[in-house]
Amino acid sequence: MRHWRWPALAETVKVPCRRPPLRLVMASVAFALAALAGAAAAEPGAAGGQAGRTTPVIRIGYLSQAVERPPGLSTLEVPPEDEGLQGARLAIADNNTTGRFTGQTFALVERVLPVDGDVAAASSSLADDGVGYVVSTLNGAGLDRLLAVAGAGRALVFNAGAPDDRFRRGDCRAGLLHTLPSRAMLADALAQYLIRKNWKRWFLVTGPEEGDALYAAAVRRAAGRFGGRIVAEKTWSEALDIRRTAEAEIPVFTQVADYDILIVADEIGFFGEYLPYRTWQPRPVAGTQGLTPVAWDRNLEQWGARQLQSRFQRQAGRPMTAVDYAAWAAVRSIGEATARTSSADSATVAAYLSGDAFALAGFKGLTLSYRPWDGQLRQPIALVTARAVVSMSPQEGFLHPLTTLDTLGDDRAESECKR
Amino acid sequence: MSKTLPPAAALFAGLAGLLTAAAPPRAVAETVIVSNERDNTLSVIDDESLSVTQTVPVGRRPRGITLSADGSRLYVCASDDDRIEIYDTSTMKKTGEIPSGVDPEQFALHPDDRKLYIANENDDVVTVVDTDSRHVIGQIDVGVEPEGMAVSPDGRVVVNTSETTNMVHWIDTASLTLIDNTLVDQRPRYAVFSRDGKRLWVSSEVGGGVSVIDTGSREPIETIRFKIGGISSDRIQPVGIKLTRDGRYAFVALGPANHVAVIDAETYKVLDYILVGRRVWHLALNSDETRLYTTNGVSGDVTAIDVATLKPIKSIRVGRFPWGVVVKP
Repeated sequence: MRHWRWPALAETVKVPCRRPPLRLVMASVAFALAALAGAAAAEPGAAGGQAGRTTPVIRIGYLSQAVERPPGLSTLEVPPEDEGLQGARLAIADNNTTGRFTGQTFALVERVLPVDGDVAAASSSLADDGVGYVVSTLNGAGLDRLLAVAGAGRALVFNAGAPDDRFRRGDCRAGLLHTLPSRAMLADALAQYLIRKNWKRWFLVTGPEEGDALYAAAVRRAAGRFGGRIVAEKTWSEALDIRRTAEAEIPVFTQVADYDILIVADEIGFFGEYLPYRTWQPRPVAGTQGLTPVAWDRNLEQWGARQLQSRFQRQAGRPMTAVDYAAWAAVRSIGEATARTSSADSATVAAYLSGDAFALAGFKGLTLSYRPWDGQLRQPIALVTARAVVSMSPQEGFLHPLTTLDTLGDDRAESECKR
Repeated sequence: MSKTLPPAAALFAGLAGLLTAAAPPRAVAETVIVSNERDNTLSVIDDESLSVTQTVPVGRRPRGITLSADGSRLYVCASDDDRIEIYDTSTMKKTGEIPSGVDPEQFALHPDDRKLYIANENDDVVTVVDTDSRHVIGQIDVGVEPEGMAVSPDGRVVVNTSETTNMVHWIDTASLTLIDNTLVDQRPRYAVFSRDGKRLWVSSEVGGGVSVIDTGSREPIETIRFKIGGISSDRIQPVGIKLTRDGRYAFVALGPANHVAVIDAETYKVLDYILVGRRVWHLALNSDETRLYTTNGVSGDVTAIDVATLKPIKSIRVGRFPWGVVVKP
């Protein structure tokens, strides 16, 4: 179904796309590329169907690494192995469709590492391949390794895999942008909704992983910002697989003073799926399970999202995840900035991305842009359950003098990023 | 409290009666037809009583609709059925179907009343169909998510806007080849030529503005921005545009801002904002251009606006998520 054509077309003419006269000054693109000193190699352009013509190729590196998942999780759903990569590939296709008209060609240089793969070596091999941009879906530890070697700032790095707030705060740096929302943004998005519902008394349950503690910290921060109260708190330290005994265990575990909603911090899905409908009191569950704040979800269909979802499904054979979306947004940002600036130079692109003029249509109802203070992509956050979108944050009534999107995560005044 | 009207109120009541009586008689009753995206129906509205007189079941996810030159045929994009359906507007019975390519969303009819140019949103192509022979004449590759379609008044150029590529693609109707591309603001949704063909108006839903493009140089000469007190700029998302024949007004539907902007089509200054229903998308004028109709998706209604006073007259409940609208003389 990739290229559906009406059958009658067989007896009619398929008109090929002729390369149009370029409206963008290609000379300046060529110049910028030359100035990149080999950052982009000249390759035969795939577009236009004109043999013999060459188009400078804008090479975007993609870096990911498999992670070991512990056995005995509460969910059977395993994240897809190509999570992130498919999002980047789709955006390359989107960029190249646009590139047909601007004379730009994009290529994805993929480095998908096994669990024990060497991030530093992969990064330098990307540099050897003339890559000016790296889209990373590495986790926090992996991103640390990448930044240690990419620290010279030659390539612009897009973090599409690490939600850790520290990369937007103390560990932020020039040349590092984030398309995945931070944990603070996710927690704020959830908190705004709960405050709007007047569900202000929270029971916080935190899992044993490092990320869980960070998620819980973001929830505490959100409570302070928006007026939630953590009235009970527990840590899940159960090492047993309670799949068969959850009905007995969870009611006992959740016997605490009265609260409005249980917020769970369990990023890998170790025990969180056991909580909904099993709590001692009849209360809803939110956080990493239950009502979940996410950057993207298969259930989004408004604001043209349906088109993106079907393009993705057709290409990948599975629904788009938040990491796919973050990788897609990173590659599309590069495409948008190179088209608008007529430049492939990563410094020019970086300046444009952080400027006021940049805007990315992200199928979430509001324009996406980067925060100049910490490089975070501003974006609405969906609150979803397994089969439905419940709400979108920022919620109505949470005001901001510039854009309501800056009510999610670190605003300029509170940013700890010095770069 | 006295039951008789105070003198001032009586005077107003009298004046109102006088004004009603003095309003010019409306020529002939016309019919407003609306596509309901989530109901798979058309709502037929009598423009005199401003009430729905008929609901017609159609193909799945009807979006763009347009009339033949004489108004006798209605073309409906049945997006999820990958086809265009044809209805006889006197009976509202389906008389045929046309192949359209995948996911047709909007289309434009050539002044020759035969060729339809269809934006295939999921396939990055524009499909050209002969409505007489019902054959596909050609397909032209365009940007990602083609949406808006317009044919120049002289019929020589057709333009398409692509929502993710953010361009206006200019297609030569004789050779069916691309002649040019113009970058515009984010997510261009709708395009319409001025009556003299010298200007092209393009709305950018996410960019939040309307570009006015000189069709000679194919460069934008003006970008119109909107500002409504109490409404966040994020919510101003222009979609449908209608230009009056006399060149006086441009009306722009502002989506979730729930207003229609009134623009002086010569100076490009915004004159007024008219409050309508929720998430207003597309617009239609009646034949003498005394009335403007809007489709309000979220509130599921159509607002009728009096063009002389720029005031809404009535909201008419239709199906779920009304999308396209036309007025049949």
